[in-house]
Amino acid sequence: MNFPWANLAISSISTHELLSVMVVVACWSLLAFACMLRLRSIRYVARFLFSLGALLSTAMFGIAIAYLTSGHGPEVMTLPLGLPDLPFHLRLDPLSAFFLMILGLAGAGISVFAAGYFRSGEGTAPGLLGLHYHVFLASMAMVMIADDAYLFMVAWETMALTSYFLVTSQHRIPEIRKAGFLYLLMAHVGAVCILLGFGVMQGGSWQFTFDAMRSASLAPFWATVAFTLALIGFGAKAGLVPMHVWLPEAHPAAPSPVSAMMSGLMLKTAVYGMLRITFDLLHVQFWQWGLAVTVLGLFSGLFGAIFAAVQTDMKRLLAYSSIENVGLIFTAIGLSILFAASHMPLFAALALAAALIHALNHSLFKSILFLATGSVLHATRQRSLGKLGGLIRFMPWVATLALIGTLAIAGLPPLNGFVSEWLLLQAFLFTPQLPHTFINMLIPLGAAALALTVALAAYVMVKFYGIIFLGKPREASLEQAHDANWLERIGLAWLAVGCVAIGVQPQWALHLAGKVTSMLVGQPVSPEPSMWRIAPISPAQASYSGSVFLAVILCVVAITFLGVRLLAHGRTRTTAPWDCGYPWQDARMQDTAEGFGQPIRHMFGAFFHIERDLPSPTDLVPRYRIHIEDRFWRGIYRPIASGVQRLADAISLLQGGRLAVYLLYSFITLLGLLVFVL
Amino acid sequence: MLRSHLSVEILKLLAAAMLLLSFAMLSTRRTQRLITLFAWQGAILFLSTILVAHDAGLTELYFSASLTLILKVFTLPLVLHLLIRRLGAQWDNERLVNIPVTMLVGLVLVIFAFGLAQPISMLATTIMRNTIGIALAVILLSFLMMITRRKAITQVIGFLAMENGLFFAATSATYGMPMVIELGIALDLLVAVFILGIFFFQIREQFDSLDLHHLESLRED
Amino acid sequence: MRGIAFVWQFGEVVLAIALAPLFAGWIAQCRAWMQSRSAPPLTQQYRMLRKLFNKDAALAESASRLFRMAPYVLFATMVLAAAVIPSVVTDLPFARAADAIALIGLFATARVFQALAAMDIGTSFGTLGARREMMVGFLAEPAILMVFFNAFLLFGSTALTGIVDSYSTHPSVIDPSVIFAAIAFVMVMLAENARIPIDNPATHLELTMIHEAMVLEYSARHLALVEWASSLKLLNYACIGIALFLPWGIAIHGASVTAVLIGTAALMVKLAVCGAGLALIESLSAKLRIFRAPEFLAMAFLIAVLGLLVHLLLGANTSA
Repeated sequence: MNFPWANLAISSISTHELLSVMVVVACWSLLAFACMLRLRSIRYVARFLFSLGALLSTAMFGIAIAYLTSGHGPEVMTLPLGLPDLPFHLRLDPLSAFFLMILGLAGAGISVFAAGYFRSGEGTAPGLLGLHYHVFLASMAMVMIADDAYLFMVAWETMALTSYFLVTSQHRIPEIRKAGFLYLLMAHVGAVCILLGFGVMQGGSWQFTFDAMRSASLAPFWATVAFTLALIGFGAKAGLVPMHVWLPEAHPAAPSPVSAMMSGLMLKTAVYGMLRITFDLLHVQFWQWGLAVTVLGLFSGLFGAIFAAVQTDMKRLLAYSSIENVGLIFTAIGLSILFAASHMPLFAALALAAALIHALNHSLFKSILFLATGSVLHATRQRSLGKLGGLIRFMPWVATLALIGTLAIAGLPPLNGFVSEWLLLQAFLFTPQLPHTFINMLIPLGAAALALTVALAAYVMVKFYGIIFLGKPREASLEQAHDANWLERIGLAWLAVGCVAIGVQPQWALHLAGKVTSMLVGQPVSPEPSMWRIAPISPAQASYSGSVFLAVILCVVAITFLGVRLLAHGRTRTTAPWDCGYPWQDARMQDTAEGFGQPIRHMFGAFFHIERDLPSPTDLVPRYRIHIEDRFWRGIYRPIASGVQRLADAISLLQGGRLAVYLLYSFITLLGLLVFVL
Repeated sequence: MLRSHLSVEILKLLAAAMLLLSFAMLSTRRTQRLITLFAWQGAILFLSTILVAHDAGLTELYFSASLTLILKVFTLPLVLHLLIRRLGAQWDNERLVNIPVTMLVGLVLVIFAFGLAQPISMLATTIMRNTIGIALAVILLSFLMMITRRKAITQVIGFLAMENGLFFAATSATYGMPMVIELGIALDLLVAVFILGIFFFQIREQFDSLDLHHLESLRED
Repeated sequence: MRGIAFVWQFGEVVLAIALAPLFAGWIAQCRAWMQSRSAPPLTQQYRMLRKLFNKDAALAESASRLFRMAPYVLFATMVLAAAVIPSVVTDLPFARAADAIALIGLFATARVFQALAAMDIGTSFGTLGARREMMVGFLAEPAILMVFFNAFLLFGSTALTGIVDSYSTHPSVIDPSVIFAAIAFVMVMLAENARIPIDNPATHLELTMIHEAMVLEYSARHLALVEWASSLKLLNYACIGIALFLPWGIAIHGASVTAVLIGTAALMVKLAVCGAGLALIESLSAKLRIFRAPEFLAMAFLIAVLGLLVHLLLGANTSA
């Protein structure tokens, strides 16, 4: 595909794109330290420095696109930083560039929004927030271009630490501190698993560069061990069930731009890590890996959607929705592994393209939604869905842009969410051709589970948008809600334009994903590219055109509108709502969040642990209360936590508190060493 | 082996209908309807046996088919209808597990049966060898029905449906069983139904209901 | 044939828009005959539409722009679906814009817009209808996806035009998986279009409504567009069913004018038969309780999956 304007832009950027990426990362770090100069000034930190950060993000986006479209091979570089024997190795190849593109695109929108979002007097000083934010961005970029295990882990840990500080910005509130602690704990459990995985993958050569790992040939058992460790480690970071428990706590606790960053960008670094290790370093050896990942992904997707449907806090709802989308991405990755290990590269490329494009889409539409909840929070000071409503009248900009985000995340054509789900369903259609006997009959049921998840996501998003923005305001104080300021609007609009653009012209995204799939499974997608439609396998089999959808719908709407006005009339009267003639209407008579989730609670009751407070006839003040808990929390995490507590209690018996006892320990150790040596 | 492409197609249809009927039996709420479905299953069995007999030219299969018709389409359902009317158990048929979960488990059993049957069907030599998987699935589904229902009468019907599946498997794999075995099984079935009928009257006398969980109170504590 | 293809396309869309109220009227007439009642004339729906267009729209005070735009968007999505489905010819330029799975997505868009509009006014019935409609929607999607999966395994394509074209080259065959897929499709069609046994389109009891509860607040031209879109949706589903299971008579690629005329006549006959069949099913069933609806749709899903499995087992080794 030839795009003349893109070629012009490319020639003006130097061919050393890796160097440019490093320059952007260095600038972000400088920006971070510049934030420390004037810690408390909102205008300096937020309005000025964050906007600069947004420009740097846009530059990163441009560099990544330039690299992907130029078709250069991988670029490597070694930095003299790091330990004497372990310098930092860097590498830029299509996989890194694709994720850097996601980072740049969504990061720009979020940074612009954050520039307008932070107000004074909220917890941590703005300068500190700026420091942590930009170091977070820089470390995520470093994760993507790391070419050895050491730099990867350094960048990964930096990411975890800075995001911890960002999550606990309002550290005076105890729930937020607890959420941050849980997050840090799970992040480190994951990091330990990844580190162990790298240890297995070096395969005896004690060289920790990725090049050495690529050429190391591991026995099947050790390859599977490495894969499992990577799955647990990256799954914990991505929020795959059952390592997801930190997500619904940490994302709501953080300020909204930070939630958007974590949901939109940080989860994608885990996807990047999974792809890098499975396809690049371990060379996709066994189809059983793919089956495990697909099953986990499908279960996470369903689990996330079901839990999101019963939430009453708007940010927790979005957090569970992130779990659902991560599940979809991992399902696509699992299918890709299945196909690649069964020597069907065309379908593997299709599934992989679906995973990549869904990662891109999710970073866009989830960010819009989290940022919109930030605006709602600022305007109304309410997080609970039971106290919102009718905001479309008071916050029209936020409502319209959030509508685009909602339609996108529900997977509706002609927006971008539909494209990745369509590609994933197309990939599922080919699973009966797999050579394994029971699998080729079971996996089509996975397509049904996928369709159920996607449709449930639409249900959840109708609930989210309808209860917050539509209907009547459930509290009188909502009438004072004000719309977002112009910086926030630009940020939201940037992301919304991205959603619409990818939805209407998905060919571009498919072409870029094709570069990554060429590298990983050896096959690009889309054999007959066209300006109007995408047809990943062949036009005779299936094709979809987002632009035709949008064009026809807009045309017909316009024609119908004009036709009705001309042939009939456009007279309107405003009256009270009909509501079947009931005279006394209250805002409280609308559906609550619990009410909207009731069908899901009824049908999927086995997934939840529900505690109910039911009113009895003798109650003076009857109350109905429902508390829904995650079964994994009770079944797995609480026993582990109490087990660790018991172990710690047993070990603390060693701490008698008496000085003589401690001296005795040292004495016994000395005696033992003397015996051992002599 | 093929007389006509048409008979293979019709056999495929009959096999699929048999599978559908097993699922319908698994999900129905009324005992009366259950017995009717069982009668239909017998009718399909009769039709498929006649077709195989016609195609392969084996006259003893005609005898088996007529035995099936008399016994499974007319006699046994009639006896069962009279039985439930006497016991007053025509209507609601409670279950231990709800319908969607039962259906899902049934689906997994079908996949399991189909997966198992594929290598076996390579070894058989009849025209209906593809349908061994379906026969196996019918047997497993009838067993599932016996497990997930409360009322005692469904255990009998599940047992009879399992025998239907076995007969179908025998016809499709090996052109039927020796006549002696068939007559023996048919007699066993009749006797079993009569004895179980008497048994049900006793249960109802003792517990005033046919719900099987009452039998649990006969434990030794 | 390129230029004339656009003529067929435009003609098919106009035909669908014009036929939709007639189809709804025909079903109502068949129902009345089967229930020994006398029915209103076939053109009653057109008269109702004209009456509604002439009225003044009475909007609630709390209605937002979304509420006012939703009927137009609904109508537009259904018109686009009519443009994609090959009911008379398969040589449709717009048919390449969407395959069957994209069609499911298009119907989902319509459903979401309708649900959002229902929640907009903030009455309890609107939100009730929205919640139930989305529930029926998410249960029906796996079932209809499995039907299209079946079609893909049988015909090698999910594009409806591809399916109809390949039907004409294969000999007609009574395949059990086709029959299972057809049964499942009819069940999903009943659910998605708010027909008995999922929802009674003629009910006045608000607590039992699903579809009607969502349009309670609409009046005049908005109501006219919503009703038109609903009957167009029913027509679209009928045409999808005809394209998948009864495609004989549709003019295939490169057809002449006479073939198109034969296709139109065949479509009329098939729609009449489908309408009568639908009315028969409705007259024979009772409306289910709302939480029996998941069981109904689970049954549809099951039958579709059985069709898939039977094809994988029996279709794989057909030779004896």
